[in-house]
Amino acid sequence: MAWTREEMAARAARQIEDGFYVNLGIGIPTLVANALPPGMDVSFQSENGMLGIGPFPYEGEEDPDLINAGKQTITEIPSTSYFSSADAFAMIRGGHMDLSILGSMQVSETGDIANWTVPGKMLKGMGGAMDLVAGARKVIVLMEHVERSGASKLLKECTLPLTGTKVVDMVITDLAVFEFPKRGGPLRLIELAPGVTLDEVKAKTEAAFEVALEAKAA
Amino acid sequence: MRDKVRTDAKSALQGALKDGMVIMAGGFGLCGIPEHIIAAIKEAGVKDLTFISNNCGVDDFGLGILLANGQVKKMISSYVGENKLFERLYLDGKLELELNPQGTLAERIRAGGAGIGGFYTKTGVGTVVAEGKPTREFDGHTYVLETGLTADLSIIKAWKGDREGNLIYRKTARNFNPMMATAGRLVVAEVEELVETGALDADSIHTPGLYVDRLFVGDHFEKRIEKVITRPREGVTEGAR
Repeated sequence: MAWTREEMAARAARQIEDGFYVNLGIGIPTLVANALPPGMDVSFQSENGMLGIGPFPYEGEEDPDLINAGKQTITEIPSTSYFSSADAFAMIRGGHMDLSILGSMQVSETGDIANWTVPGKMLKGMGGAMDLVAGARKVIVLMEHVERSGASKLLKECTLPLTGTKVVDMVITDLAVFEFPKRGGPLRLIELAPGVTLDEVKAKTEAAFEVALEAKAA
Repeated sequence: MRDKVRTDAKSALQGALKDGMVIMAGGFGLCGIPEHIIAAIKEAGVKDLTFISNNCGVDDFGLGILLANGQVKKMISSYVGENKLFERLYLDGKLELELNPQGTLAERIRAGGAGIGGFYTKTGVGTVVAEGKPTREFDGHTYVLETGLTADLSIIKAWKGDREGNLIYRKTARNFNPMMATAGRLVVAEVEELVETGALDADSIHTPGLYVDRLFVGDHFEKRIEKVITRPREGVTEGAR
C-alpha cells in the first residue's frame, strides 16, 4: 500500500531533529507539524515574519494581525518572536533554518526543483519558494510520485520553470523515499512504502536512481 | 516645528498623487495593509500606477480595488495567486507584472532604502529570475545581482505612532512595512492609535520617525482575514500552517 498524505508527513517528521528550526510549505508539508512526536523542541518559522508558530486559534479568537505564510489565522506561543519580512528572509537565505519542507510538481535526478508555475495554466508567483530552496540547510520535497496522468514527477530533467537547481536533499513520495547523499546527485532510493515493490517504483520513475534499500532499514 | 499629523487619508495624500507614479504598499496578503490610503487612492482616481507590493489584495479588498478600477499599470510582487481579476487582466495583456522571489523583493526594498544600489543573492540562480542578470562566484557558490528598489511614495500601516512619526507594528502585520517606510521619497502612514511623542517605549520603536513624512489615525479598520482557520475547543490540533 502506498503511503497516505498523513503517512508521508509522518515520514518527513522523522527527519526533524530536536532543536530544529523548520519552515513548512503549504499542502502536504503542513501536516508535518501534527506528526511530530511529543516532547520535541522544534520551532516553525513563517516567512512573512514570525518564529514560533502556535496552533490555530479557537473560534472567535482569530487575530487579523496574526497569520502564517499561507495567510491562515494562527496563534503565538511563549517563544514566539516577530520580525520584518526582510529579517525573515535573512534567516532563510543566511542558512539559519535547519530545514525546509516543500511540495513540488517536479524534481530532477540532479536535485533541481520546479514547484511554482505551469506556463499558460497557473499565474501565482514563486512567493518565498526560491529563497527557501536556495537558503535552507536541508531541503525535503514531499510530493505524489506520479501525476494524475500517471507521468513520473521524478524526472531526468524538469520540464517546468525551475525554482532552484541542485538544491534538493530528500524526496518523500507516496511510494518511496529517495535521497541525494551529495547535492546535485546521484539520486538514491533508500526506502519503499509498505507493500510497494522496487519494480513498481522503477516503472513509475523517469529519473535514474541507485538502490540502497539495505543501507537504511526503516 | 514638524507637523506630520493629518486628519485623514485624503489630507495625508494631498499633492502626493500623480498619474504614472511608483508606489510601495505595505502588507502581506490582507494583513498590515494601509486600507484607508488605498481607498483614498481609489477616490483620487490617479492612473497608470506601478505598485511594489508582495501581493495584490483580493478581488474586492486591498490593492485589488485599484486593479478593478483600472488604475494599475504594473505590479512588482512575489505572489498574486489570490486574485482572479489579476490573472485575467494579465493574460489579456492589460497589466504588466514583474515577479520577484519574496526574499529578493524584501531585500531589494531594504537595499533601496539603505542606499545600497544592488546586492548578490543565491536566490533564483539557474531560474528565469536570473535571466539577463550578472552573476558572480563567492566561495564557490554562484550569486545573482539584484538591484535596490525605491518609490515615489510609500504607503504604510502601523499599530501605534506618535506625533514625531515613530511607528510600532503589531505581530505579523509588520511584514514589508518597515522596509517600505525607508524606501519611499514620500512616506505616508496610517495608524490605529496616535499617542503623544514620548509615550512610546523608545527601545521598542520599529520605524524611527525620520522616515515618516505624514501620518493619520484610520477611523475604522476592516482588517479582513483571508483564511479563517480555527480549532475545536476540546481539540489540541497543532497548526503550523
